[in-house]
Amino acid sequence: MSLNKPRRRWSEFAIEAGIRVLGFSSIGFVLLIFLFLLREGLPLFFEVPLGNLFSTRWYPTFDLFGILPLTLGSILVTITAIAIAVPLGVASAVFVREVAPGWAREILKPMIEVLAGIPSVVLGFFGMTLLAPFIRETLGVATGLTAFTGALILAYMALPTIISVAEDALDAVPKSYRDAGLAMGATQWQTIWRVVVPAARSGMVMAVMLGMGRAIGETMAVMMVTGNAARMPLTLDSLFRPMRTMTATIAAEMGEVAQGSTHYHALFGIGIILFVLTFIINLAAASTIFKRRRRGGLR
Amino acid sequence: MTQTQSGPKIRIEKVSYAYEGKPALRDVTIDVPAHAISVFFGPAGGGKTTLLRLINRLNDVVEGTHMSGRVLLDGQDIYAPGMDVIQLRRRVGMVFALPLPLPGTIRENVLYGPELAGVRDRTRLEELLSRSLTQAALWDEVKDRLDNPASALSGGQQQRLCIARSLALEPEVLLLDEPTSGLDPISTGKVEESLYELKQNYTIVIVPHSTQQAARVADYAAFFLMGELIEHQPGTEIFTTPRQQRTEDYVTGRFG
Repeated sequence: MSLNKPRRRWSEFAIEAGIRVLGFSSIGFVLLIFLFLLREGLPLFFEVPLGNLFSTRWYPTFDLFGILPLTLGSILVTITAIAIAVPLGVASAVFVREVAPGWAREILKPMIEVLAGIPSVVLGFFGMTLLAPFIRETLGVATGLTAFTGALILAYMALPTIISVAEDALDAVPKSYRDAGLAMGATQWQTIWRVVVPAARSGMVMAVMLGMGRAIGETMAVMMVTGNAARMPLTLDSLFRPMRTMTATIAAEMGEVAQGSTHYHALFGIGIILFVLTFIINLAAASTIFKRRRRGGLR
Repeated sequence: MTQTQSGPKIRIEKVSYAYEGKPALRDVTIDVPAHAISVFFGPAGGGKTTLLRLINRLNDVVEGTHMSGRVLLDGQDIYAPGMDVIQLRRRVGMVFALPLPLPGTIRENVLYGPELAGVRDRTRLEELLSRSLTQAALWDEVKDRLDNPASALSGGQQQRLCIARSLALEPEVLLLDEPTSGLDPISTGKVEESLYELKQNYTIVIVPHSTQQAARVADYAAFFLMGELIEHQPGTEIFTTPRQQRTEDYVTGRFG
């Protein structure tokens, strides 16, 4: 025993050190990526006057670096996608968790997880060949490659995330809440909508935020179906016109810029803005959850 | 109405109940009189809670169960086909072991049931709010902060809020499943006091969290052991001169 002890302690130390290194390195990598992003992107804000930067035209060949159409494009597509995906996702989660019989739940849950695994390029292709023509014909617009098409595809991509996170949240609501609702003469529906779902609210908010994060960061599928015209989405019909997102801009143009040029810095600048946006979304999600925890009661 | 005058409020008739093949209640027959506190007591696993949950059909949602026998409320079989379960649960309220405020304010919690039942009249709702909170001995403590979140109340207040929530539906029967198990002695005392008041108007069935509590509140007491009803007596008798040896062993603390 006494002979073994030092060795065990040593291995304990090694394992602990290993875990610590891995843990810190993941933080380190994130930090390095962020620093790299800043180093490559920040020069933009010195090279290009702010008036140009916040103009409405993105035309790098003529030194026009207006990022507004791209930012608004991303926001428009994301918000539309979320507006479509959240009601569907929450309803599906409620169905899977609260309404569907046991055997159906066993089939549905893995199927929803498979949905999450479909590569975005496949969805993009599907959107281009099937959804876009369908939208062009039914809505009678000039091209099927529109912001709306992108939003539909994004909604589809965000759905599995929203459903599984929301379902977990519903699952975490103690059975006693359901009993309490039923004991007060509520029907099954009333119990679900007025007791169980509100009790799972923080999880629901997280589901929406995660879905949103997935939507705003998505590149490939969006690039394939939104038509990629960098125009300001300010008119009422802009949802049904081509537009362009920040992610698609970076992906499409990064291959052909000269390293170190203003255009190159501009693309990284867009990256910074994207980073800040997702950071704000995550922060909002975290603080909502934190606030609810502190107010007590709800899990 | 004739039955409410003469017969018992609740009659449980030869009820057996099994959960996934394991019997939880064996051939239980018991009458629960109106306007009195009836206590179901005994060691854990005796079937007290199960029986309580059968009286408002809350076990309907549990899968894999088998039940035989009848449960009569005012002489009417509540498991008869065509019975309106929602209506039944409004007549038979239930309070659980853990205080469980629903998300929302104190007001919302109390008025939740009446609103679901379709009560829209403002003055009527306000009246229900103040009366149920008063009956649950909580009104004085919360009347100035009815719109605060219910989760901010203390444990004892939350449990009295749950009682008020059940009372707001103006039930005929109030079932309480170890309502004071999570509470300190002072809050427990307040809850028990409100029960004495309530029995004037309601039929109360309570599963107490201790034999002492059973002895304190019982007008009638039924001793359950391993799913069987051992003895059913007025409270004054069962705790002083029990007829069954097993009851005596339990109330005197020889086992359990």
